Amino acid sequence: MNPAPSIVFFTTASGAGYGLLFWLGLLRPLGIVPATPAFALVCLVLALLLITAGLVSSMLHLGNPTRAWRAFSQWRSSWLSREGVAAVVTYVPAIGFGAALLADLPGLATLAGLLAAVGAAVTVWCTAMIYASLKPIRQWHHPLVAPGYLLLAGYSGMALLAGVSALGGVVGGPASFIITLGLAALVLKLAYWRMIDGGDPVATAESATSLGFIGKVRPLDPPHTESNYLLREMGFRIARKHAASLRTIVLVGGFAAPILLALLATQIGGGVALPALALGALLALAGLLVERWLMFAEATHTVTLYYSGR
Amino acid sequence: MTCLPEITPGQKKLGLVIDLDTCVGCQACATNCKEWNSSGHSGPLPDLKPYSAGAEGVWFNRVHSYEAGEGADGRTVHFPRSCLHCETPDCVTVCPTGASYKRIEDGIVLVDHDICIGCGLCAWACPYGAREMDEDEGVMKKCTLCIDRIYNETIPEAQRQPACVLTCPTNARHFGDLGDPESDVSKLVAARGGQDLMPELGYKPVNKYLPPRKRSSAAATPQEAVPTAMDIKNPLLRWMDKVLTR
Ligand code: SF4
Ligand code: SF4
Repeated sequence: MNPAPSIVFFTTASGAGYGLLFWLGLLRPLGIVPATPAFALVCLVLALLLITAGLVSSMLHLGNPTRAWRAFSQWRSSWLSREGVAAVVTYVPAIGFGAALLADLPGLATLAGLLAAVGAAVTVWCTAMIYASLKPIRQWHHPLVAPGYLLLAGYSGMALLAGVSALGGVVGGPASFIITLGLAALVLKLAYWRMIDGGDPVATAESATSLGFIGKVRPLDPPHTESNYLLREMGFRIARKHAASLRTIVLVGGFAAPILLALLATQIGGGVALPALALGALLALAGLLVERWLMFAEATHTVTLYYSGR
Repeated sequence: MTCLPEITPGQKKLGLVIDLDTCVGCQACATNCKEWNSSGHSGPLPDLKPYSAGAEGVWFNRVHSYEAGEGADGRTVHFPRSCLHCETPDCVTVCPTGASYKRIEDGIVLVDHDICIGCGLCAWACPYGAREMDEDEGVMKKCTLCIDRIYNETIPEAQRQPACVLTCPTNARHFGDLGDPESDVSKLVAARGGQDLMPELGYKPVNKYLPPRKRSSAAATPQEAVPTAMDIKNPLLRWMDKVLTR
């Protein structure tokens, strides 16, 4: 599948924003992050900026962005519609959270924060299900895709939260969360890659053409000599060796380095903590951009069976 | 509404039956489809860079050719590919706007170009590559089963068929109600063992493909021809042959 930059950016940025909003709403009442309203407001603004930038980017991907509002109507059947509804609804408690902080209403702030956390998790789940429900793309129609989206959103959100916490002088809690989430994400991605590398195709050139009863089916003449929308959108293929080196970049840069930096921050602390956690957050986000790009580049669609036989 | 209409027994299911035995891959169906639909319900069908290298455009029907089987048993099969108007297609349910829908009355899958936002998700959800984006208008386009012909009372009744069906020079394309077991198309499917494409995906395509017929087994061994009168060089013998075979 073609890794459209607008969608790669959208799912990464909004994912991190929702992850940050989730942990902020959840961990603030537990006292794991700084309790000051200033800290919460900085995190909230950062989260909403990332979420909004991502959503705007996803709208740019549309053929008719001015009609985007129509996408709220089909939530009964469409995960994309549900995502739109969830994203808009989540703004309500998120903004309420900010207003309550500014108005110094701690009880209301806690409640709105928790509701925003729920909204964030639901929105990321809907985004993931858009991909996970597409049967013609076996690398997406996979049980680890939706948990992966949630975990990676949580991981990148936590990396951001830890960076901002370090500014407020709190290091230990968030940094240890990074280590746990990062290790979980790393294991999940390794398992996912192993499974998609070995997985059976959903269909074959033989079943796609109904000609299997004659024997093996090979494309002979293409229907058109130039490209078309299908080939540009779904015919994208990445060379195996490029995929392998990008996977290494994700593992080392996106997971291992931020985990080590978080360890460094907890062990050494002091002046090292803030730069280590800030760098870790940047690396995690950059690594996830590569991961999301690969998620598209490695996905194959059954329509290519008609063109290339595989 | 992008929820699928409930399937009732005896439901009308308009669709195509494509005969892979007689299709010669002439591209006439694809060409007539493009011509008719450029000005019909879905028109215009854009072409990008039509007069230079890299010319491409939106087509609802694409004719591939394949080789199937090996050696003497192998054969070339021409294969037209278009929307199969599936009974349970995800291209409809994934649509966030309701632009992609399946008609209750005849099962035709259509896009409402006035509300489509051009997100492209339905094209991802179609396993068969039946949807192509109109990148000029930013909306999705696809085969309409010539909805603007089959119900068109301003054209003679015999022409109320999809353009591809009318134009096929080898009669490899048939149109009708596949929900009615007594229809000509249903009988044809039953007689020839019509196939679904990628049944494993569970979209339940309405269109069926008739498999190429089995070739007659190895041709009869050649026989030496009996000599004709002109093969006999000697004029006397030729005369005798003529007299004796009279
Ligand atoms: S062939 Fe594709 S576009 Fe047509 S109904 Fe089936 S899934 Fe939808
Ligand atoms: S491209 Fe149009 S018809 Fe297809 S899913 Fe998006 S809004 Fe619906």
